[in-house]
Parts: sequence; C-alpha cells; structure tokens
Amino acid sequence: MKYALLIYDDEKTWAGMSEAEQGAVFAEHGRLGEALAARNAHVAGEQLGPTATATTVRTSNGESVLTDGPFAELKEHLTGFYLIEADSLDEAVAYAKMLSGTVEVRPCIDH
Amino acid sequence: MPDNPAAWLLTVARRHALDIQRRRATARRKAPLIAEDEAVTPDWPTRDADIPDERLALMTLCCHPALAPEARVALTLRLVGGLTTREIARMFFVQETAMAARLTRAKHKIAAARIPFELPDATVLHERLSGVKTVVYLIFTEGYAPTSGASLMRGALCEEAIRLGRVLSQAAPDDGEARALLALMLLHHARRDARTDAAGHVVLLRDQDRTLWRGEEIEEGRRLLAGVAGEGPYALQARIAAAHLMAQTDWSGIAALYARLERLTPSPAVRLNRAIAVAEAQGAAAGLALLDGLDAPTGGSMGLPAARAEFLVRLGRDREALAQYDAAIAASGVTPERTFLEARRAEAAARSRG
Repeated sequence: MKYALLIYDDEKTWAGMSEAEQGAVFAEHGRLGEALAARNAHVAGEQLGPTATATTVRTSNGESVLTDGPFAELKEHLTGFYLIEADSLDEAVAYAKMLSGTVEVRPCIDH
Repeated sequence: MPDNPAAWLLTVARRHALDIQRRRATARRKAPLIAEDEAVTPDWPTRDADIPDERLALMTLCCHPALAPEARVALTLRLVGGLTTREIARMFFVQETAMAARLTRAKHKIAAARIPFELPDATVLHERLSGVKTVVYLIFTEGYAPTSGASLMRGALCEEAIRLGRVLSQAAPDDGEARALLALMLLHHARRDARTDAAGHVVLLRDQDRTLWRGEEIEEGRRLLAGVAGEGPYALQARIAAAHLMAQTDWSGIAALYARLERLTPSPAVRLNRAIAVAEAQGAAAGLALLDGLDAPTGGSMGLPAARAEFLVRLGRDREALAQYDAAIAASGVTPERTFLEARRAEAAARSRG
C-alpha cells in the first residue's frame, strides 16, 4: 500500500541554517533514500520550491480563481514529500522517524 | 467532618492531571459525528483470542499511538473488555451515538491507514506496552476519581480496568510494571466500601473502617508487588499505596518514594502529593515550601489551592487560607468534595474572625 510522507517545516528555519546544518538534513534524506531503495519502497519524492513561488488555483463551476501563495498561510508549510510503499502504518512511521521535524503520514487510496 | 485533610487530599490530588486530560478530550469531542457502521471493517478482530500473544496484539492495536487517547480507551473497553458501545457510553456519561462515532472513527482509521494487528517486534513492544498501561490506568482513575458527577467512585470502570490489568499481566508475564499496575489498582480498589459513608461523604483513609477493606485483594496486591524488582512509575506508586495501608503510616518513607517518582515522572500532581507527604513528615512549612512556584493552570483542579489552604491553616495563617479555599471550591466539580471544602473554609473564617 502507498503512503505519502508529507514534510512540514518553517521555511525560515531552512533559510537560516548554516551549510553544515543543511548538510545534516541532506544526510538524513540520504539515509532514508537508501533505506527505501533497499526495500524497493521508493515511489517518488521531491523537495518543493519555496511558498513564495506557489500559486493556488481554486476552481468551481468551471470558474478558476488564482491566488499568489500557498493554500493556507501557516507558520509551517509543505516543503517536500515522499511517496512510498509500505505494508502497514507502523512501517511507514518507521521511515518517517528517520527525518527530524514534522512529517504527516497519509495512506493513499487505491483505485 | 474528617479532621485529617492531608490524607483526604492525597486521595483527590491525582485529579489535577485528570482535569487537563478531560479538557483536552472535551475539545476533541466537538468533532463531527458519524454513526457507527460495523460494515466498515467486516473482519474486525474479536476477543475470543485466548492466546496471550493474540490478546497482547489486540491490546497494542487498541492503544496504538496513532489513535486519539480517548479512542484508545473506548476501543480497549470495546474490543479487549468486550463491553457494548452503550455500556461504555454510560460509563463516560456521553451519548451512545457520540461513543459509537468515536469507535467508528478509530476503526476507520485503523482500516484505512492499515494499523497492523500483530504483535510489535521487540524493539517497539516495550514502548507500546507502556501505552497500554497508560490506557488501563486512565480507565481505572476515571472510575476511582471521576472528573464529574455526584458520585466519588464509578466502580464498574475500576473493575473493568482491573480485569484488563489481569489480561495484560498474564499476556506479558515478564513485564514487572504490568504486574505493579495490577497491584496498584487492587490496593486502591480494595478500600472502595470504606471510602464514602452512607450519605456519600468522603471518609479519610485514617478514619476508614478497616473491616470494610477487602483483605484478599490487599493480599493479592502485596503479593504481586513483592515479586516486582524494578523501580518503574507503577511500582513506586503501588509501594506508596501499600504504605498507606499500614497501621502506622510512615510519612518519611512515602515522601522518599514520591521524591523518586518525581525524578522519574516530574509533574505538578506528583509534586503536590510529595508536598503532602513531606508536610506530614516534617511539618506544614516544609510542605508549603515545596509548592512554591507551582502554578495552577487556568481553570485547573482544586488539588493545589486546597493543599495550600490546609498547610496555611496548620501554620495558623487562617486569613491567607481563605482565598486558597475559594480557588479550590471554584475548581471543584464533584459535590462531596465541594461540601468538604466549604466546611473547612467556614471553620477557617470563624477562626480568623475570632
């Protein structure tokens, strides 16, 4: 079954990090990537561009309204995601725990 | 009217922590209701699982950390305890439809997020068992010191928690803390018939009719505890409960146990209990000093101001005690408790006028 690991972070935190600190974060992602690859569990994953570059599109009855910025103005935003294959929530959570910070684990619906 | 407020306070002080839990639970209850639909999970595990590992797997599933705490309680009672949704709703004074919705949401999440129904591996089992114990003890304390209503005790919840504690302790025989938890609950519950008088008023531990205590349950609790070597939070609490049942109360010993418990699980409630024991062992001034800097949360429980009031009264500072009694009375949600506090306040007021 597929799970999405949605990574939430304060963009300012990332921007304020030293190169060494950013390196430590990349290292975590490297270890997660290896763990996923070892079990053939990696489906997709991307780091997202900053929310300053986001556009939100709301469409109803064929009418679309575009707004500059992310869906919701929060302190923490979606900054990246993984789409993984796991047998259970426990397994998906074990992967999520390999990253520092806040990760929302969401099962995907199979169609 | 009981004359030893310290002993009485000891029995109610743990409500401090429960109050916070209750407020959080109330906030969550405002979520939209969904009717219970058993069809959501047709192959739902049932409790005919007599194999210890199966039972343990079911308990760890019901108490999974990905579920909301009040859902863990409800699921455990429903699936491990085998209670009906209606029975659980009555125990917690909520509408059956609301309890059904809570169970449905939890079952839906288990199915949709695929929370596994299997015994966790050894690396996480310890952590999960700790979550199971928390749920069992939460059920017990809600029965032992209910957060609302006219009755001081809701025996059915206590008995159910003890039953769950037996299941857990049999399924996890190597877990000393599970055995200590069962001992703790037995030692408290053994005094159920002596804790209130015919009119439903509080009877302090030292004034209780010991012939009403259930000797065989106390014996079982002590026996279980004797086999526990560790110094976990439940072992310490059970030793404190056992110490309170001795004919001569060793307050210094109890204060020392609380100090160890506080190092392990620091919280305002533990500090409060420790202060009460220290006040008995070394005097009210020492107890009062331990409460310095401890602030009651807004809308918090009566334990802290009530203890301060009693310490001040003992130090002859009746006038200062009045405001603390007022705060305690305002925070008290259970009728017998409020009656007791109001009487104590009236006595202090009379003395401070005289």
